[in-house]
Amino acid sequence: MTSAAYIHIKELCAEYVTPSGLFGQHAQRVRVLDQVNLEIKRGETLGVVGESGCGKTTLGRAILRLHAPAVGQVWFDGQDIITLDKTSLRRQRREMQLVFQNPFSSLNPRLNVLDLIAEPLRTHTRYKKVELNQRVENLLNEVGLSAEFLRRHAHQLSGGQAQRVALARALALNPKFLVLDEPTSALDVSVQAQIVNLLLQLQRCHHLTYLFISHDLGVVQHISNRIAVMYLGQIVELAPSEAIFQAPRHPYTQALLASTPLPNPDSGRTRIILEGTVPSPANPPAGCRFHTRCAAAMEICRRQAPLVHPVSAEHWATCHLLG
Amino acid sequence: MMNTLLAVDNLHVSFFTARGEVQAVRGITFSLERGQMLGLVGETGCGKSVTGRSIMRLIAPPGKITQGRILFDGQPLLNLTEPEMRRVRGKRIAMIFQDPAAALNPVFTVAQQLKAIMEHHRVAKGAGLHRQATQLLADVGLPIPDALLKVYPHQLSGGMQQRVMIAMALSSHPDLIIADEPTTALDVTIQAQILNLLVKLQQDRGIAIILITHNLGIVAETCREVAVLYAGRIVEQGAVRDIFHRPSHPYTRGLLAALPNPASRGQTLNVIPGSVPSGLQPLPGCAYASRCEHVLPMCRASQPAFVKLGVDHQVACYLYDPPTDSFDHE
Repeated sequence: MTSAAYIHIKELCAEYVTPSGLFGQHAQRVRVLDQVNLEIKRGETLGVVGESGCGKTTLGRAILRLHAPAVGQVWFDGQDIITLDKTSLRRQRREMQLVFQNPFSSLNPRLNVLDLIAEPLRTHTRYKKVELNQRVENLLNEVGLSAEFLRRHAHQLSGGQAQRVALARALALNPKFLVLDEPTSALDVSVQAQIVNLLLQLQRCHHLTYLFISHDLGVVQHISNRIAVMYLGQIVELAPSEAIFQAPRHPYTQALLASTPLPNPDSGRTRIILEGTVPSPANPPAGCRFHTRCAAAMEICRRQAPLVHPVSAEHWATCHLLG
Repeated sequence: MMNTLLAVDNLHVSFFTARGEVQAVRGITFSLERGQMLGLVGETGCGKSVTGRSIMRLIAPPGKITQGRILFDGQPLLNLTEPEMRRVRGKRIAMIFQDPAAALNPVFTVAQQLKAIMEHHRVAKGAGLHRQATQLLADVGLPIPDALLKVYPHQLSGGMQQRVMIAMALSSHPDLIIADEPTTALDVTIQAQILNLLVKLQQDRGIAIILITHNLGIVAETCREVAVLYAGRIVEQGAVRDIFHRPSHPYTRGLLAALPNPASRGQTLNVIPGSVPSGLQPLPGCAYASRCEHVLPMCRASQPAFVKLGVDHQVACYLYDPPTDSFDHE
């Protein structure tokens, strides 16, 4: 791979197999990621937005190889991580970490903050006890918490504090790439602002690359350099943040933006209200996957899946209207 | 006022836990006209849901309404006996919850649940039941209502489940619907559908709606009147334009400034320092005093009364007492 991209994802497909049921349903393969191509540049924040079931979380997990892809390649800093053996993968994983939406379910309730943050260090490094404690304290300071939190357990923390601990834990091994899966969605507005600020600050200090997954367009816009919009397992539009918000080209992106309530009573927008709901990924529509809800759907959309149409050097969308 | 449908006066609700009395609502007063839509907005623990549940008298022990009056259409709800209350709850005041999957009974079909409510409130019987149930599902925008009556809740998507909840709320022709975070569990495109439906019901049928939400965007786009809650009290109340264009309470200002907006991309967001006071803590003064950048000595000593800033716009803050525009410099 000679590309300049830091992370290069090629024709990635991921599937889940639904178990055969008690009442005689057959096991079914559900393709939640379909032919995803994506490059993430070093030091950027790539936002991924889309509704539930669009595959955004699976994309993050597949990049970290927490979900084995059915087909496709993932290159991480020149290294094909799909074919890595167990030992090399473990070494590689130090470079990439994941932060989840709900810190109370991702943090072990039986460990105190010290052990939570020390756990990855104990697994991957050979720090002595004094060094370890010092490192944990430094990490805690970095995420804006004082040493008095060391002996607390997750249930003694507020949502914002717990998410800070989750971040400290993710940063423990000096990773270069973080998948942030809805890290602010469980938080109140005022706390969300604190965590967003912290993420921006950590990125500057440690030259981190972020994949920021969220359904909250406001936060994604604030933090991302580029944004990928996903619908039913595919990326339908990818562009720099400003272009997505100012000149969205895919009808789904346009509808998504128009459906998001803005904190301005005089925005005077006409809402595009999409009809119906997202079809099941177990049985995606033929042709363009969005055609069942698209106001601009044409005959060709029902038959043929649209190709990637470049809008500008950095901006593309998959829609027949652009053809 | 003739047209007042609901008047909540100095409502106090506490939860008596092993750690002491947790004050969830610390004196809330507001009123609602017939057919009006009021937004109750605030962060986790501000008392917005407890207020909604108090109106329905759904506060269960260890929770207790310790003080206050709730007048609904002239009736003092807190003085009604439980059988009397049952004729109001679900009939004249209906409620829609955040998670429709949890609110619907998984072992009964949509038809069974919908008809049970109509029978209970004696709005229809016999063949009329089925006809009305079908009509209700059609009214809330569900396609093929005949077929959907026969399904179980898990066979419906989240948006469809919420529409069924709304149909159930409508079945007894209520005067007031309390919608507690009705779209929080839904995707944005579905959220837009449900909000549109609620606005349509309010406009076409004149049903008053209390919309409880933490989402300032939803409030801005759907409500005309807003009350901002903080630590169990209303800190500011007014028309939606007043609240968003002339936010006056330091908390309202802080909350709006903490929202990401296109102009601030990549920059540090404004943050409200500190955290919300615990419900265990008595608050003799303004609840926001510990986090406020404009705090005065008297803010900690006694609670500020509401100051009128406009026709409908009022704020509980000493910065405006006596009325002055020294703070309103922006």
